[in-house]
Amino acid sequence: MSEPLLFRQATLPSGEQTDVLVRDGLIVEIGSVTSKDARSVDAAGLQMLPGLVDLHTHLREPGFEQSETVLTGSQAAAVGGFTTVFPMANTMPVADNASVVELELARGREAGYVHVQPIGAVTAGLAGTALADLKGMADSRARVRVFSDDGKCVDDPLVMRRALEYVSSFDGVIAQHAQEPRLTEGAQMNEGEVASRLGLAGWPAIAEETIIARDVLIAESVGAALHVCHLSTAGSVDVIRWAKARGIRVTAEVTPHHLLLTEDLAESYDARFKVNPPLRTTEDVMAVRQGLADGTIDIVATDHAPHPTEAKECEWDVAAFGMVGLESALSIVLLTMVESGQLSWNDVERVMSRAPSQIGRLEWSGLVVGAPARLTLVDPADRHVFSTEQLASRSQNSPYLGRELPGRVAYTAFDGYLTVDAGTLVSAETVAAHASAARANSATSGGVTNG
Amino acid sequence: MIRHLLSTRDLTRASAIALLDTAEDMAVLGARENKKLPALRGKTIVNLFYEDSTRTRISFEVAQKRLSADVINFSAKGSSVSKGESFKDTILTLRELGVDGVVIRHPSSGAPQLLAERDWIDVPVVNAGDGTHEHPTQALLDAFTLRNNLSGNESRGRGLDGARVVIVGDVFHSRVARSNIWLLEHLGARVTVVAPATLIPSGAERWPISISYDLDAALSEPVDAVMMLRVQSERMREAFFPNAHEYTQGWGLTEERFARLAPSTLVMHPGPMNRGLEICSEAADSSQSVILQQVANGVFVRMAVLYSILTGTSEVSHE
Repeated sequence: MSEPLLFRQATLPSGEQTDVLVRDGLIVEIGSVTSKDARSVDAAGLQMLPGLVDLHTHLREPGFEQSETVLTGSQAAAVGGFTTVFPMANTMPVADNASVVELELARGREAGYVHVQPIGAVTAGLAGTALADLKGMADSRARVRVFSDDGKCVDDPLVMRRALEYVSSFDGVIAQHAQEPRLTEGAQMNEGEVASRLGLAGWPAIAEETIIARDVLIAESVGAALHVCHLSTAGSVDVIRWAKARGIRVTAEVTPHHLLLTEDLAESYDARFKVNPPLRTTEDVMAVRQGLADGTIDIVATDHAPHPTEAKECEWDVAAFGMVGLESALSIVLLTMVESGQLSWNDVERVMSRAPSQIGRLEWSGLVVGAPARLTLVDPADRHVFSTEQLASRSQNSPYLGRELPGRVAYTAFDGYLTVDAGTLVSAETVAAHASAARANSATSGGVTNG
Repeated sequence: MIRHLLSTRDLTRASAIALLDTAEDMAVLGARENKKLPALRGKTIVNLFYEDSTRTRISFEVAQKRLSADVINFSAKGSSVSKGESFKDTILTLRELGVDGVVIRHPSSGAPQLLAERDWIDVPVVNAGDGTHEHPTQALLDAFTLRNNLSGNESRGRGLDGARVVIVGDVFHSRVARSNIWLLEHLGARVTVVAPATLIPSGAERWPISISYDLDAALSEPVDAVMMLRVQSERMREAFFPNAHEYTQGWGLTEERFARLAPSTLVMHPGPMNRGLEICSEAADSSQSVILQQVANGVFVRMAVLYSILTGTSEVSHE
């Protein structure tokens, strides 16, 4: 087993400063701790959070390993302070059956940096017509509960209705990529004056808002749970607010980039800023921040979307949509929400760890004695110019390169062993060995099994 | 002196007028028996055309030859582009071949800007039309034609202050309209854009223009020029308007509308025209039409642009 760890004088989300002792994969003591055998880590000035949970990640494996693999994506996650990621189903082959999701789960366990909790496709082959093997994936070893055709909208209202109903049989949730396809044919960036001036086809806010409005009404009528991916417009916040006030079972996420970046970045025609849904206006950014602050938006999720250089170093309209985001997510939340006073550290714990676990139907214990030792420590006083040095992803399509960002993850621990140590990613061999030992221990002692 | 010509929006009033004045010099030269100037002798310019264009490419080629440049025509069809070569790789290849300037037409908005701003190649870039973004030499030749007709021999040094220009038609898809809007604004003209609401770009109310949906109302006031834009009939399938007949009735320069124009109102069209759709033959072929002048002036304006950018001066020596 990995050595015991004693984090000395860490700051908990509540603001309390205390020692935290980790042993055998668990948090075993919180308070004033002395230990003879534990490695002592000076955590004074560091903010401790439960391991972050990303409900929206693209790991690209199987099928697009030139962009990312389960291993490299897991490493990017660890660097960002994450201990759980939910990879989306748009792999090749598509994760629309038990064998693909079990493969992803197994690859995640071998890598050992984070818990990889696969998302299953809603429709077979993401084609939008026939349902995928939803129960087969739910009953598989991957225990899939979140289903999404992300990248594509389940736009057929009949299929959406049936999917919502069907997965409610086993407490599943449909995570919708809200994009009316006819209103966004060839769309390149947010519709409006900037797009018109740049000659780039517009992606109108209503293409997102009309789907969300339709879906919350369908979810209400069948009593099912709906999750809205990467909400990006002020109007979408209004629709979700209305739906929640009405008691509809809907949750929503916002990406870090929609909390910070705006459409005018397209003026460079630099395709690093091309993303779906597109960067919006300052008014939209202010509205999603407010929505996150007041609880209308439940979580922050990265939509980490790795792409190789050639898919971005080209004409805007032929470039791929998407940005990597795992490594920078916490810094962006710090910058946009914490430093502005709109979120406390307790709130950060909620929107980046507890709530995404709950929406993803995973157990969550937080920083308490007896809980699995999944935690991260961030130095909120650090400021650094974000560079490719900070990227562990196989791809480098970050919109933040060259930008000064606050906060650096100093330590991340997964089930008791470090994946990031003093700001440096722990090697794949070391982490895999810890993971293997933990699995062996768990098999004999019936230890940590929680997802 | 400008380094590239990517858009008219980036021009200043002074740099635009300087280009138009240089084009006047080129027009004087064009009237000589020997039309050729040795200014760009030894310079190699590539016309990098990723999109079909006969008119614009030939206009640039004539301009280049009159300036004694060596011309390479690169068309995306018979090139490695059709075999899947990336834009960047093509540009790196051109760099190694040692070209001195690039004239680029590309279906992707912003491709000329990438070419100019990335470190792929370090030569002047002239945008010959990119996607639905801009077509700056077209706007310059339109302004040149307007100025020439409105001010005649007094043109040099002048803008288009107070001139009233009505631009009619598919502004939504038109790079010509965008470049004209910015350039006419720099030069002091007042622009009214007329189209059905579906063909007015989102956010255009923030542009320095008046917007009207009623062509007859827009033409009821004194107008110096009416500029008709090409309408592609396939727009009907995208529900921009119901059918060609209704479009012509509402927004075409029909015989009836043409008859009501003041005799001094110039009729313009960037070409190629859809006769009978956005413009009737009576208007296109009338003495008020400057459509063929636009073609001729295109050569002078493109000579002026290439001359200014590649020699770094707007003073033309008449050797």
